[in-house]
Amino acid sequence: MAARDDSRIDDDAPAKASLFYDPRFRSIVAQVVLLLLVVWGGYEIVRNTSANLEKQQIASGFGFLDRTAGFGIIQTLVDYTEESSYGRTFIVGLLNTILISALGILLATALGFVVGVARLSSNWVISRIALAYVEIMRNIPLLLHIFIWYFAVLRSLPQPRDEPITLIPGFAFLNVKGVFMPQLVSEPGFWMTATALGVALVLSMLVANWSRKRQEATGQQFPVGLTALGLIIALPAITFLATGRPASLEYPVFVETGPVLRRGFTQDVGINVIPEFISLLLALSTYTAAYIAEIVRAGIQAVNHGQTEASFSLGLRRGPTLRLVVIPQAMRVIIPPMTNQYLNLTKNSSLATAIAYPDLVSVFAGTTLNQTGQAVEIILMTMGVYLTLSISISIVMNWYNARIALVER
Amino acid sequence: MSKLGVGIAQPYVRDAFVPPTAPPVLERGFLAWARKNLFSSISNTILTLVGIYLTYALVWPIIQFGIIDAVWSGTNADCRENGHGACWPMVQAKLGQYIYGRYPGDERWRVDIVFYSGLALLIPFLIPFVPFKRLNAILLLGVYPLVAFVLLTGGNLRIGGMFGDLMGLGGVMGFVGDWSIMIAVIAGLLLAFGRVAGLAMLVPTIVVAAILAIIGLAVVVAGIDFGLEQVETALWGGLLVTLVIAITGIVASLPLGILLALGRRSDMPIIKTFCVGFIEFWRGVPLITVLFMSSVMFPLFLPEGVTVNKLLRALVGVALFSSAYMAEVVRGGLQAIPKGQYEGAQAVGLSYWQMMGLIVLPQALKHVIPGIVNSFIALFKDTTLVLIIGLFDLLGIIQLSFTDASWASTVQSHTGYLFAAIIFWAFCFSMSQYSYYIERTLHTGHKR
Repeated sequence: MAARDDSRIDDDAPAKASLFYDPRFRSIVAQVVLLLLVVWGGYEIVRNTSANLEKQQIASGFGFLDRTAGFGIIQTLVDYTEESSYGRTFIVGLLNTILISALGILLATALGFVVGVARLSSNWVISRIALAYVEIMRNIPLLLHIFIWYFAVLRSLPQPRDEPITLIPGFAFLNVKGVFMPQLVSEPGFWMTATALGVALVLSMLVANWSRKRQEATGQQFPVGLTALGLIIALPAITFLATGRPASLEYPVFVETGPVLRRGFTQDVGINVIPEFISLLLALSTYTAAYIAEIVRAGIQAVNHGQTEASFSLGLRRGPTLRLVVIPQAMRVIIPPMTNQYLNLTKNSSLATAIAYPDLVSVFAGTTLNQTGQAVEIILMTMGVYLTLSISISIVMNWYNARIALVER
Repeated sequence: MSKLGVGIAQPYVRDAFVPPTAPPVLERGFLAWARKNLFSSISNTILTLVGIYLTYALVWPIIQFGIIDAVWSGTNADCRENGHGACWPMVQAKLGQYIYGRYPGDERWRVDIVFYSGLALLIPFLIPFVPFKRLNAILLLGVYPLVAFVLLTGGNLRIGGMFGDLMGLGGVMGFVGDWSIMIAVIAGLLLAFGRVAGLAMLVPTIVVAAILAIIGLAVVVAGIDFGLEQVETALWGGLLVTLVIAITGIVASLPLGILLALGRRSDMPIIKTFCVGFIEFWRGVPLITVLFMSSVMFPLFLPEGVTVNKLLRALVGVALFSSAYMAEVVRGGLQAIPKGQYEGAQAVGLSYWQMMGLIVLPQALKHVIPGIVNSFIALFKDTTLVLIIGLFDLLGIIQLSFTDASWASTVQSHTGYLFAAIIFWAFCFSMSQYSYYIERTLHTGHKR
């Protein structure tokens, strides 16, 4: 009897309890429930959206990309007129976003490195200035930075018809309409000079590679910097002269006298860097530089002081120690958080819309969306672009990170 | 030498200490410090001078504008006459607008109560050694939001019920009827399931019923007519909106972020994929597109006839956006907990939620408090972006006030931006200092 009772318990009780308490069963139930919820939520959203769109008589699909945009854009990197299509608008906005992000990343990195190293300076004044810079910059919202540059700083510059501020004598000028610079006007045959520059760059890289290998093998150094400089300047210069100077600089023209309306810089002569671009670039790079400075400082501090001492005792001076010993090791700590800052800067460039710099969000998710009303397609495309940019930056930085990572056994 | 001496001279015995001479002037005090830190070499001297000049060139104009040349009292006529110093009377005149937006003047005491009671609850909560943390947390996170909601909006939420209304009860009572029916049905189902499955389900049933009852009670309180005037969210503005968005964002994103972080580290493939996708999506897009989405796309998602207020839509967007960042912060904390803690918890027979709630999360969250404060600072700064979709936070309302012709002058925008910068800086800087403080206080576990 007892044995039969035991066996019954063995057969029944665990079987009943096991389904409810079985982690595998529970996990399957949880996942199925989540999947059902997501599918149901997605279905509801799609159903509601299509019903709403139908009611508001908004077309769907991507046909609008071929329609004429009919509005002008103040800064375009590719040919664009009011007759261009919305698809072209998208390209213009995308290129403007990429331009401001790339320049912003360069400037922010340079400034951030300077401030980060200054923060560790033994000079009290310099290190305090760097500290103050970081603490002030990163505790003020980026949008306020942009407004201050655009509405307060740049608006105080000379009016278009007044004497402009000279940045580089005879070359670059600044007034409330932005920076005016000469433009390179190329004539047929200029492509050879451009090709020569490309060839010089490739040659310099080859020389650098060869010299590094030779130094590793024999210890002999080769003046790479001078060679590269010579190549990059001389080769295009010789080609340029040999092909008969097929390019010229078109200088901005400033009219001082004559009818009032004609005074100021003549339109479409030379390059005009618009104030929206300048203020956005300055705000983005000075703001992000504060974060990069902290990252650089933490990275340098993460390198053991023994490394510096060992380097000094080998006879290296301060400069080579920093360049050859400390920075390469600090880079391993710096790169991952730096990637985050690059991503942030790229995403933050969308604040352009607040001061109407024609970036992707401003011209596409702003003007185009208002004109066509196709919110779903446009917002999804915009988000898709930023996701793609984020992923691309991550991939590049991860590749670089893997390249400089410490190789262990 | 002594042989040349005459007679036996009394040897010289010094009977008093010579008072120590002070070190040379260049080796002590400020001068020595300056020599060592500022002028130790030529390049260092140049750096110091450049630094001092830079500070002078950048800081002096701001001091001059904000303090020395500023107009401290008077009217706009004084500001216009001065023309190159900050116009502080404008800020004084507009302060109410900067804090409350267009919130009706007679009702602003309600906002004040919300501000002060929030501070009274928050400050003891933030100081680690003040007791009654549990009570404080319940009041701050449970009771306070409800009180704040009723006070700010005026309560009297229009709620009703389906079955309750059929029974002849209207409004709030109808909802109470519905909600009671729902609780009874759920409790009955749970008990019945327990009987069928042969499990003791009494305690879980009571817990579920109690939670549902508390939620119902909260809705009922929000639906009672306290006789407060309704204030639409369109009238809110200034610091009020900044704080509402930042605080709601952080409070809503914390539990969501914890769930997402747990999901991201879970073994279940579908849940893990979902959480990874969710987190990476929100982290990959800028907040502006999220706000655009909440303002133009979100209304399309809702069934016909349902409209959601603009502020609430922005809040949903901000909460989802910051929950993705919060999830990554929490994940960092979870990864810092050694595997032995998980195994130990499992060895004593704790379930997943017991293990997480009692063992892992308390340790993990303690690790990441500075990270949470940092996301809060980021969120606080990001609230300024709502001005792009037409909500007026502190920066938005200051920007808006520049259109006021009665205070028009050449220094109007400069003064406003300086004021905004000071306020935002003060908030963010004190939060970051708090984060450093808490980092030092809580860093007890592995301090040597």
